[in-house]
Amino acid sequence: MIFDEEINQIVRNIKPSGIRKFFDIAATRKNVVSLGVGEPDFITPWHIREAAIYAIEKGRTFYTGNKGLPALRKGICDYYRRRFNVSYDPEDNVIVTVGGSEAIDIVLRTILKPGDEVILPTPAYVAYRAIIEMAGGKVVEVELKEEERFKLTAKDFEKAVTDKTKAVILNFPGNPTGGVMSREDYARIVPIIKKHNIFAITDEIYAELTYEGTHCSIAEFEEIKDHTVVINGFSKAYSMTGYRVGYILAHKDLIDMIVKIHQYTIMCATTSSQYAAIEAVNNGDADIERMAESFRQRRNFIVKELNRIGLKTHLPEGAFYVFPSVKISGLGSEEFCERLLDQGNLALVPGNAFGQAGEGYVRISYAYSLDEIKTAIEKLEHFLNYGIRQDQ
Amino acid sequence: MMKELLTLLENNARYQVKDLAALLNEDESLIENTIRDLEDNNIIAGYHTIINWDKADTEISKAIIFVNCVPEREAGYDKVASKIAKYPEVDSLYLISGKAEFMLQVNGRSMREVSSFVAHKLAPTEGVTGTETMFILKEYKLNGRELVGEREDGERLLVTP
Repeated sequence: MIFDEEINQIVRNIKPSGIRKFFDIAATRKNVVSLGVGEPDFITPWHIREAAIYAIEKGRTFYTGNKGLPALRKGICDYYRRRFNVSYDPEDNVIVTVGGSEAIDIVLRTILKPGDEVILPTPAYVAYRAIIEMAGGKVVEVELKEEERFKLTAKDFEKAVTDKTKAVILNFPGNPTGGVMSREDYARIVPIIKKHNIFAITDEIYAELTYEGTHCSIAEFEEIKDHTVVINGFSKAYSMTGYRVGYILAHKDLIDMIVKIHQYTIMCATTSSQYAAIEAVNNGDADIERMAESFRQRRNFIVKELNRIGLKTHLPEGAFYVFPSVKISGLGSEEFCERLLDQGNLALVPGNAFGQAGEGYVRISYAYSLDEIKTAIEKLEHFLNYGIRQDQ
Repeated sequence: MMKELLTLLENNARYQVKDLAALLNEDESLIENTIRDLEDNNIIAGYHTIINWDKADTEISKAIIFVNCVPEREAGYDKVASKIAKYPEVDSLYLISGKAEFMLQVNGRSMREVSSFVAHKLAPTEGVTGTETMFILKEYKLNGRELVGEREDGERLLVTP
């Protein structure tokens, strides 16, 4: 590293993603079977792809307004009302972003000042910590426990609140645990958010992949709606990861501030992707349901198989991950995954990549075909039976 | 559960009972019994393989045929339909709205065989007043599966967050 002192210390201190490290190892090997991917396996439905192609054919290739195409913002608001019973105004309350990732970044940069604390329930999606720290904030982890089905409990949450707490990150259904918060679960933490005037940043990117009942958005709770920021996007619900379209729904006064960062760093989300998103949000409900049903079935399948081969796993209620404990193997997360890759040619993601709370667990994605899942389970079973014992 | 089971089997008749049970989070015996019931009640009417005969280099001739006919008192079109349906050459048969009464797909080993079927069996059927035969030149999509065109080859990374 030739630039040591010249680089911003905050950036220097950010740990490289544990996932990245693992990807680099996996990429050097041949014929790796992977259950390590954090994106759906469906190709984007044709009518959505066709809308993007049509936009390009028609020469719709200019910048859009900063907040995104009016038709898309209207579509998003209609969608939230239709599917989650939450109302926002297309003019005042929406910014279309480059994926949920940009949304997380610009929301946190808008509200955080140095020293502000953000409560982060972990294991958590890898980007939150880095983005909080880059924005000058301090991460306060709250451990989500397997025995609580990876839900955020009021008791653990309140213990973490201090007078410096600015926000809490909520990601339910969650990556990597598949944990879900029901209306009753939220009702227990909403009074704490209200009492301490904390921003509730709710990343609902997996909302449509909720398998028991329908998704509840914390934005339903009117008493904290002014302090609620919804982040969502098209990646997981419509299998549109590569389009990079997400959005923010929030109070007008907050949107007016967030859009300042968005307009100077991004200008606007990719225009052809926005046209694809309009088609998705207006005419994609059937796609969502078809894909969610398929994920639910594969969830049932993989959980049954994991339990059969001795990795105790409960049935997660959302997303497309299971997060079983591998403590039974006597190995730590990373060692387990490295040896599994080495001996079994199977790539999983070590749980500690999602925070220290994930130590002893692995993330298994079931966004794969049934045949791929079966092959992976065979490899995993063989590794559990023979791989570990051999070396010990 | 039944609708989900049917949808799964519609897309892939080769699922094993064990896999179906796991996918639907049900007991194997329940799945087995349900399938048997569905078969007995002719809800599952059969299991087919989608074959791209063209690629198998096998001569086969298919035609779509519109059939005009007069309905019978009491039986309507059903009696004529069941007569036509009995011919093994008839792959599928629909009562339709529009200019014709029936639409059929007829399969034969050659164009001559299909023509002969129309001339000697279908047209003379009692109640049939006219036929219009359109031979299929190329199959692009069959039972929800595309038969031509390039494979979509989008590739995911091995490991992503």
